[in-house]
Amino acid sequence: MKELLVISGKGGTGKTTIVGAFAGLAKDSFPCETTVLADCDVDAADLHLILKPSVRRTNEFFGLKKATIDPAKCDNCGECAKVCRFDAIAMHEESIKIEPVSCEGCAVCFHICPSQAINMKDVIAGHWFVSDTIYGPLVHAKLGVAEENSGKLVMEVRREARRIAETRGSRLIICDGPPGVGCPVISSMSGVDLALIVTEPTIAGVHDMERLYTLANGFDVEVVVCINKYDLDYKISRDIREFCRTHDIDMVGRIPFDEEVVKALVKGEPIISPDLTSGKSESPAANATRQLWAEILNRLSL
Amino acid sequence: MIISIASGKGGTGKTTVAVNLALTLMETESVYLLDCDVEEPNAHLFLRPRLEGSAKVTVPVPIVDEEQCNECGRCGETCAFNAILPLGKHVLTFHELCHGCGGCALLCPTGAIREEPLEIGVVEWGHAGSISHIHGRLKIGSPLAPPVVRAVKKHAQNRSLGAVSIIDAPPGTSCPVVASVSGSDFCLLVTEPTPFGLHDLTLAVDMVRELGVNFGVVINRAGLGNGGLVDYCRAENIPILARIPFDRKYAKCYAKGGRLIEEFPEIRKILQDLWHAVCVSAERV
Repeated sequence: MKELLVISGKGGTGKTTIVGAFAGLAKDSFPCETTVLADCDVDAADLHLILKPSVRRTNEFFGLKKATIDPAKCDNCGECAKVCRFDAIAMHEESIKIEPVSCEGCAVCFHICPSQAINMKDVIAGHWFVSDTIYGPLVHAKLGVAEENSGKLVMEVRREARRIAETRGSRLIICDGPPGVGCPVISSMSGVDLALIVTEPTIAGVHDMERLYTLANGFDVEVVVCINKYDLDYKISRDIREFCRTHDIDMVGRIPFDEEVVKALVKGEPIISPDLTSGKSESPAANATRQLWAEILNRLSL
Repeated sequence: MIISIASGKGGTGKTTVAVNLALTLMETESVYLLDCDVEEPNAHLFLRPRLEGSAKVTVPVPIVDEEQCNECGRCGETCAFNAILPLGKHVLTFHELCHGCGGCALLCPTGAIREEPLEIGVVEWGHAGSISHIHGRLKIGSPLAPPVVRAVKKHAQNRSLGAVSIIDAPPGTSCPVVASVSGSDFCLLVTEPTPFGLHDLTLAVDMVRELGVNFGVVINRAGLGNGGLVDYCRAENIPILARIPFDRKYAKCYAKGGRLIEEFPEIRKILQDLWHAVCVSAERV
């Protein structure tokens, strides 16, 4: 079983669009097998908007327990506020208050309180879902508003995706990754077989790709690069090619800017029609994505 | 006045709005631009500031003196982040998981644990014209963005009194975004008229409401489609403060690191009107 991660560093370069297209292409490539899809962007999950799942199972996600204070037991000594390094505890004249958004759940206040007035309470920090789509099962999640621990929720999503893939004898899991290089990205990246970096020919796209590549290198994950909207700026596209060449990264695809993609996005539809046998002529971007897919399968020896 | 610029979805134009708003305001106001997208900071690519200083951002992590350890196991029991694991006298520490809460050092009964700063990022500052620019950069491989975000804001805190501070926030709605947006006087949510933009806007709206920050919406790539965006804003009584039209020439300018307001006077006008609308919304005319 192989795990493919689609990732970008910078947001909005086209990760989800490409994963949405891959879902259809995977069904076409492995008609008798199940490909599992996983949305690891748990902060702002969007893959479901293209894949239109029906949710089969909803699970609660518990983050770290958070501190709450029992005013009946509290004698206002202020020891908790002194030890809290996250500015989550404020002394007021009459009482002590814990700000749940700032609490990181370290529990130091709980351990230090001389009156046992602090309790650590379970908090539902989000939900994760197992859903059916016409392309195969989708594992996705929604982190609660202003919550932490997106990395831990990403791990839950990936664990479930792997479990389903093993049960169904799948060859492939396709993961839509989060933006950035921080905790959810690190959780998405560890142990994948191939990371496809989707970049765009903008100076921000290049800057972010370089940082992401450094991260992936530290994880010893094989990286390939694809330029989306490559014709937006030919010079920067050449710079990306040059970066890949000097770092020995394979450039596996170039997708042109295409009005058809914009139209599909506005409608929330995949750029490759789910009905691949319809014989409808495809847009330049869809064609390029098809070639990219063939190259990815090649890399994964599938 | 502190204005944060957030979005939920990535790539909707936060940095474009932040940088061009700063450039628009620099003639009339003292402007600070804080890039709090410390995982992927980009504002400097457009501002090209002269770097004047930098400071390391550190988290205090535990160092265990095994000589003094009495194998009680208290450190492992108390750490909520699984960053310290006592195996008899041998205590393993996982500094990349440590949040720096100090619990293990504080609660170790024999004083066998001291703390040392671990570098997780850097804050850098400088000027681009009259704009004071401060940004953070998370060290690659370090998972913890919020302390770097807080360090950026702290650096600006005392210096930017009386100025307009513009905070470029990271995408998403979780802890690094909360760290960026909290304490703002106003938040601009930049979105695009696609189902993705709308969906992630609803998440961002939940977040700013939770934080109790006054906010309004900027529609970037307006004209691309509707996606129910305007209907949603109307139903939720959210003001749409600016519309930046969809045009390939803006995308090309952005790609090169260009400044939209310098090439396109219509964008300067849109941002001047936006600023006025923000002042009205934030009741500071």
